[in-house]
Amino acid sequence: MTKIHVRDFDFFYGASKVLHGISMDMPDKQVTALIGPSGCGKSTFLRSINRMNDIIPDARHDGLIEIDGKNVYGGGTDAVELRRRVGMVFQKSNPFPKSIFDNVAYGLKIGGMRNRRQLNEIVEKSLTRAALWDEVKDRLQTSAFALSGGQQQRLCIARALAVDPEILLMDEPASALDPIATAKIEELIYELKDNFTIVIVTHNMQQAARVSDRTAFFMLGKLVEYSETKTIFMNPKQKMTEDYVTGRFG
Amino acid sequence: MSVMVRRRIVSRIAETLCAGAVLLALVPLALILFYVLRQGIGALNIAFFTEMPKPVGEPGGGMANAIVGTLILIGIAALFAVPIGCVCGIHLAEYPDTKFSSVVRFAADVMNGVPSIVVGIFAYGIVVLPVKRFSAIAGGIALGLLMLPIVVRTTEELLRLVPAGLREGALALGATRGRAVFTVIVPAALPGILTGILVAIARVAGETAPLLFTSFNNRFWSTNLGQPIASLTVQVFSYAISPYEDWHRQAWAGAFLLVAIILTLSILARLSVRGLEKMNRP
Amino acid sequence: MTRRSSDDRFFRLATGAVAALVLLIVIGIGFELTRQSTMSIRKFGFSFWTGTTWDPVSGDFGARPFIWGTLYSSVLALLLAAPVALGIAIYISELSPRMLRQPLAYLTELLAAIPSIVYGLWGVFVLVPIIRKLELATPDFLKKIPLFKGPPLGVGMLAAAVILAIMVVPFTSSVAREILKNVPSAQREAAYALGATRWEAIKVAVGYGKSGIIGAIMLGFGRALGETMAVTMVIGNNPQVSASLYAPQYTMSAVIANEFTEAADELYLHALIEIGLLLFIITIGVNMISRLLIWSMKARANRKAISMPMLADEAVPA
Repeated sequence: MTKIHVRDFDFFYGASKVLHGISMDMPDKQVTALIGPSGCGKSTFLRSINRMNDIIPDARHDGLIEIDGKNVYGGGTDAVELRRRVGMVFQKSNPFPKSIFDNVAYGLKIGGMRNRRQLNEIVEKSLTRAALWDEVKDRLQTSAFALSGGQQQRLCIARALAVDPEILLMDEPASALDPIATAKIEELIYELKDNFTIVIVTHNMQQAARVSDRTAFFMLGKLVEYSETKTIFMNPKQKMTEDYVTGRFG
Repeated sequence: MSVMVRRRIVSRIAETLCAGAVLLALVPLALILFYVLRQGIGALNIAFFTEMPKPVGEPGGGMANAIVGTLILIGIAALFAVPIGCVCGIHLAEYPDTKFSSVVRFAADVMNGVPSIVVGIFAYGIVVLPVKRFSAIAGGIALGLLMLPIVVRTTEELLRLVPAGLREGALALGATRGRAVFTVIVPAALPGILTGILVAIARVAGETAPLLFTSFNNRFWSTNLGQPIASLTVQVFSYAISPYEDWHRQAWAGAFLLVAIILTLSILARLSVRGLEKMNRP
Repeated sequence: MTRRSSDDRFFRLATGAVAALVLLIVIGIGFELTRQSTMSIRKFGFSFWTGTTWDPVSGDFGARPFIWGTLYSSVLALLLAAPVALGIAIYISELSPRMLRQPLAYLTELLAAIPSIVYGLWGVFVLVPIIRKLELATPDFLKKIPLFKGPPLGVGMLAAAVILAIMVVPFTSSVAREILKNVPSAQREAAYALGATRWEAIKVAVGYGKSGIIGAIMLGFGRALGETMAVTMVIGNNPQVSASLYAPQYTMSAVIANEFTEAADELYLHALIEIGLLLFIITIGVNMISRLLIWSMKARANRKAISMPMLADEAVPA
């Protein structure tokens, strides 16, 4: 079943066109990886799905992105509303200068939830899902900055999960982490896909091969090839894809 | 003499001249601080803080009314300038590249350079003239107008120190722009914003010229906002140009107090900026 | 097409409305000053700028002595202060040992915060007596030059220029230092790489930041033009157009400070406010030019550093 449906999507920064006619369907409850060399537009595309690009002046787009058949950029869709349904984890972990608890509870609180017991419950559940609960349960009120880099990133994942999104966008979530922390995040992604549709941008082809069900290869703002991950890595149809996944450039 | 040697010598001389400039400027400034310290501490006593000015020619007395007056004036100024300045600074930091923001930023910078006495005339025109009476309100508004551009620019600059990732993090969780600003970005920059306010207060606490014909002066105890009110700076001025020895003494005491207040505020501000910089480097 | 959520538009408009207040205030100052001086503007027209009589009793007002006093004292102050301020800026940003850099920068900023009235107090009781001694010791042949003619009062143009110079040095050097900090270090490195001496490399950096440094000096000039209390206390408050450094003179801001509350009739008040208006126009002009100079310099220095945010997809190499 298709969760995210994209047709002929273009994106511009001012006069320069950075995405050219992207069309792809991302299935529900699966992990889709976006790979490609630097500047290929994969992050821009990811940020178009939850309209994070709205805050950039002079940015505009063309074409269609639908989630569950509803146009993301349509008149009936509010960006703020949309982002509650489409969570995002960034390349550089960005905990707020607040306590661990307040970080996770942030999305709930701005959504109007005040019930302390409910908050406690969801914070615990989210931290557990993000495989962080055991490490922080005794110090929920300490500053999020006291956590290690890998822990901070898992905290940001927990924070995104707390508002119970349907989709999770991950923009190179492990690129700033050491191998052990990276392994933890990858494990986590594997577990999360039971409940979430995940789109992950990554540089690391092994990572894409390990965690994703489907892989899309981007190059110079175009979608070159999109297929089962196995196919992309074992039996790509395009020469360019083959060159890239075998490390001949990029 | 070879060219190289000459170039080296020129370089040395020029470098020495620059170091000399530092000394040359520091000498009078050190002298001023030294004088204020020496004359001021000698003249300070309990009466200075607790007593009212004595009638002309009588020795003794203090500036209790002027100290309170200055606090009231600063309070009015902050009440007026801080909310407007902060919101304006937020707008400039959130939408830094729009034409409107550039114009406002330019206006704030230009406003910062408008002589304080001119701002005083403006406050006189809009507050004093309509009711034909000098008042604490008029003085406070004059000081507030002087604070405003400083609050605007420091708020803007300090908000921009907050990493962009925090804003994105909040927006990605479905926070509205305003929500993101007030729940994440402003709290992260709060020490900095308070600093900006301290700096702005330090700047206006020493202002005299705009008060001369707004809050005027008052020899008596007054906390009535609709009446003329005494202030440290105007009091120091009127004592300094008087012919009485004892008033000169008190003028030095007042100057010392002013410098002490302003330097303390500036140092506090500096410390909290340092704290902010540390905090944003997790 | 571009779409923003309605919430964003509201936030933007609401904060923008408050920001517009700042703009309105600047315009409002100009408007109010003009409105409050119409009587004088109507009566004297352009002759207000050139007239030398200042007679409240007969209602005859000309502002030339004040304009002269303001410009003369500020230019003198600038001549004294600019080289020193530039020297300090260069020393702090280019020459001083790293350990001294922060404390010195901080010290100059603190000194810029000392209120005008304190400088004035010091001027009256310390500087003026020193200047008086200097004036008394002037050799006779010098006294024949118009620059040094006049009674040795202590108070006068020289005292005003010196105190103004002392006051604007910390401010100007802070701004100039900021400018030098914005000069890309590649500029200096390039000079060194070509075998430049330290001073030659500094000249390259200063040359690069030239427009900004001129802006900084002009900003200091603007400060001097509008400075009130300290000048009022030491310049002698005598409206006359004289080239003499010793002569007591008067400035625009000083006459406003001294006479504003005594202006009993409306024409007198309007004449004083018109002086304020002139001062406003002059300082706004000076400030606008200097800000533009500084901005253009900073923009040039930062142009390379600015890239479209988030356009670079990723920074970590594969």
